[in-house]
Amino acid sequence: MMELQPVHATGPQETFVLNLGPQHPATHGVLRIKLTMDGEFIKDAVIVAGYVHREHEKMGENRTWAQFLPNTSRIDYLSAMMYTHAYVGAVERACGIQPPSRAEYIRVITSELNRISSHLVWWGAYLLDLGGMTPLLYAFDDREKILDLLEALTGARLTYCYYRFGGVLEDVDDNFIAGTRAFVKEFRPRLRMFRRLVSENIIFRKRVENIGIIDAEMCRKYGATGPMIRGAGVPYDVRRAEPYSVYPELDFEVATDPAADSMGRYKVRMEEMEQSLRIIEQALDRLPDGPVMAKVPRVIKVPAGEYCYATEAARGRFEVRIVSTGKLIPHRIRLRTPCFGNLSLFEEAARGMMLADGIAMMGSLDLVIPDIDR
Amino acid sequence: MNNIFKDVAGGFISLMIGMGITLKEFFRKPVTVHYPRESLKMTPRYRSHIIFTPDEDGASKCIACNMCVNACPSQCIYVEGEKKEGARKKSVTKYELNFTTCSLCGACVEVCPTDAIDFSKRYNLASPDKERFRRMDLCKDLEERNRKK
Ligand code: SF4
Ligand code: SF4
Repeated sequence: MMELQPVHATGPQETFVLNLGPQHPATHGVLRIKLTMDGEFIKDAVIVAGYVHREHEKMGENRTWAQFLPNTSRIDYLSAMMYTHAYVGAVERACGIQPPSRAEYIRVITSELNRISSHLVWWGAYLLDLGGMTPLLYAFDDREKILDLLEALTGARLTYCYYRFGGVLEDVDDNFIAGTRAFVKEFRPRLRMFRRLVSENIIFRKRVENIGIIDAEMCRKYGATGPMIRGAGVPYDVRRAEPYSVYPELDFEVATDPAADSMGRYKVRMEEMEQSLRIIEQALDRLPDGPVMAKVPRVIKVPAGEYCYATEAARGRFEVRIVSTGKLIPHRIRLRTPCFGNLSLFEEAARGMMLADGIAMMGSLDLVIPDIDR
Repeated sequence: MNNIFKDVAGGFISLMIGMGITLKEFFRKPVTVHYPRESLKMTPRYRSHIIFTPDEDGASKCIACNMCVNACPSQCIYVEGEKKEGARKKSVTKYELNFTTCSLCGACVEVCPTDAIDFSKRYNLASPDKERFRRMDLCKDLEERNRKK
């Protein structure tokens, strides 16, 4: 009788190329990943970014300082507040403008609300990637409440363009404060429900625990920040590492998890929502009276030089570097976006993974494609 | 063997919790609005495309100063004006908004010295004809609104 032999020993060593995207639902936008597959296993992954590149940095070089403001909410459309914050922060730092403290508190409140809404989208979409439809609807129910609050305050649901050099556009009213307080109260039990429904679910845990290990070393190598590096056990948070605005006055913990797997990053984001609620509550209690705009010249002229400002966006460190030659128009605006670093490690991390696990890992990176391409 | 039992039991508990939550949600009030049979009212600060805010006589307050044109980051406003006989200031004769490139940033509304423009609350905008949005005539829009009044 002929002896049976494993197929791979005799057959050709074949691999094939699999295009993940640019129109794949799991990439959440137009991102293409060229996978070289060995059966079910990823042998190699090449990231092809740039499908939604809009030249934001270049656009900054042909408009006035104020005219660049709307651009900042269109880089990462899910956490637009923090992006605008970094830009106005950089210009304020350059011109020596000190926004009134009421404005700073309003910025913190709206930024943290924005962070929760952004994490909720990630939470729903991640579970959708893993095959659970219902959590997305629950997440959007709560997110809708935040968007309604922010819409009543700023006039827009995503592209807020609410911060100005020296403050914020309009003051908050009692409705907003009462609404935010009500939301914080309602959202705590909802978060508990999310935990019971998903975090402890055995099917979910089997899909994410010990999957997609990204340790602190790899994060450092690729410049991954935010929940990525915190999910690898490093308590790096711009709000604490390079304190800005009124964050030093507020009491909150930097959520970390030593697991470094998809579950670790998941837990960090869930904890961050909890901490954001704490921040919002404290900021509402301490909200001082007074103006929301400092006295600023009608036409902003930034003194010549280079200035930086970083904020902790929902996905990690966002930094704006501006170069001015003292003219009405910026010489250079450089945007350091978190998703670019977070994605670039995919190539190394995905090697040797099963395709389905690769998707489970990619979801835990929380990618926003316009943020990568900007 | 032991593990299989543990998995099955764990899966069963997860399933029961999930079903319990689903059942509870099932009896909650709906959170959506039955569009288009009902629709939400936009908030006062809602930003849709700009329109003229008329003075008491229903005329535009715009003095064709071109400040909004210069403030706009997307160059989507075009204004023409003339000085009428005996009038102190210029008045607007043509105001065109290219809504296809407008980013609804509000720079124009903020900068206007006479508060002549404000955001409308129109959000159900749709047309098979792109020109309708490329050349939105604000003067004509104001006339139409005055006629309807
Ligand atoms: S809202 Fe902004 S983009 Fe639109 S017309 Fe006014 S200034 Fe231009
Ligand atoms: S709308 Fe206002 S800013 Fe624009 S031209 Fe008229 S008066 Fe000037």
